[in-house]
Amino acid sequence: MKKTVFTLAAVAAVIGTVAVAQDYSANLKARQGQFRILALNIGILGGMAQGKIAYDAEAAQRAADSMVAVTHIDPGPLWPEGSDNMSIDGTRAMPSIWDENADFLAKWGALGEAAAGMQQVAATGQEALGPAMGKLGGACKACHDKHRAPE
Amino acid sequence: MRALRWLILVAVLGAAAGWWMTRARPLPGDALAALEGDAVRGEAVFLAGGCASCHAAPETTDKRRLSGGQRFASDFGTFVAPNISPDPVQGIGSWTGAQFASALRRGVSPEGRHYYPAFPYTAYARMRDQDVVDLWAFWQTLPASDAESQPHEVGFPFSVRRGVGLWKLLYLNDGWVMQGDLDPTLERGRYLVEALAHCGECHTPRGPLGGLDTARWLQGAPNPSGKGKIPALTPDRLTWDAGEIAYYLETGFTPDYDSAGGHMVAVVENFGQLTAQDRAAVAAYVKALP
Repeated sequence: MKKTVFTLAAVAAVIGTVAVAQDYSANLKARQGQFRILALNIGILGGMAQGKIAYDAEAAQRAADSMVAVTHIDPGPLWPEGSDNMSIDGTRAMPSIWDENADFLAKWGALGEAAAGMQQVAATGQEALGPAMGKLGGACKACHDKHRAPE
Repeated sequence: MRALRWLILVAVLGAAAGWWMTRARPLPGDALAALEGDAVRGEAVFLAGGCASCHAAPETTDKRRLSGGQRFASDFGTFVAPNISPDPVQGIGSWTGAQFASALRRGVSPEGRHYYPAFPYTAYARMRDQDVVDLWAFWQTLPASDAESQPHEVGFPFSVRRGVGLWKLLYLNDGWVMQGDLDPTLERGRYLVEALAHCGECHTPRGPLGGLDTARWLQGAPNPSGKGKIPALTPDRLTWDAGEIAYYLETGFTPDYDSAGGHMVAVVENFGQLTAQDRAAVAAYVKALP
């Protein structure tokens, strides 16, 4: 009898642990990949803005279009509750993303606006990139300031 | 009996000497009286010094109203940035220029109390007279806030402010960390990094008493307010070239287009408004670190 109780308790503990430590690796890969796509395309635009890459209106437009496409991805499935840096490893996402979700979503929306701004001007000339980059940078920083932990 | 009397005398003298050594040392009231402040130049000092990064209200976009309220956790307790707007009652509007200078460079309040070194006067101690005066002139153009300053949450023995006097004997001096013959660009960079922008406050590790370990200058440190670490800026660890560092300070973008986060966001907001020469000077200094 004692043994049965112990076994049951052990089984329950294991199940409990599994339930708590869910596998969020796909979510992490997806959201970190989305930021990687953004960074690659900002890199093209930033390189052109700084004169490190020759300006090419078509390439600039494609980069801006890609960024806008990423900002249209629904953040919901990428950011399940419990996938913050206090609960799991491998992320710098702070609990404030869920505690102040409206703020987080507003900042994601602001990135969408900044990317749309870049999309409108990217093909109009090299000198238009700098100011649009500034707005993109502001959108990135605003969210990282509040919701991303340092490395 | 005689020995006891001597012992008491020595103890009293020792206590008196300690009291004397740990006293607040403001600047003389007329220290900067000969200088005329320029508010326009003072704005650049304000930005480089990062005053608003700590003294603006938490999460506000109004980076000119220094109403205080941001909280800074440390091993010694939690410090709450006070209202330093020009409000004459809740802020520092009733101060004289000399009192302002004493606060910045000596860490001493107009009442003669020590400030806690969460206020980075160990860096501001290196400020030039003219910059202090220009900053004070700019201060008069800032909006007032009537928000009441909140008390620090610091327990005994750190709640004894006199102890800060002892701490200052160890850690407060106006010498430079980077020594040697510097060209004008490096000298400007050193002034920005070591005096105004007080980069070492986060990027340099601290000893057990909370003083900066200058032997490990800008070599990175634990994040005092939570998880993670503040990165090293020394060339062995920070491999960006000078142009990339300057671009980061301007836009917040790293060379692989990650972006600044945490407190660096505020720093970049300020440095983006300074001149390209100033950003280049900081980059040159960082590249010249040992």
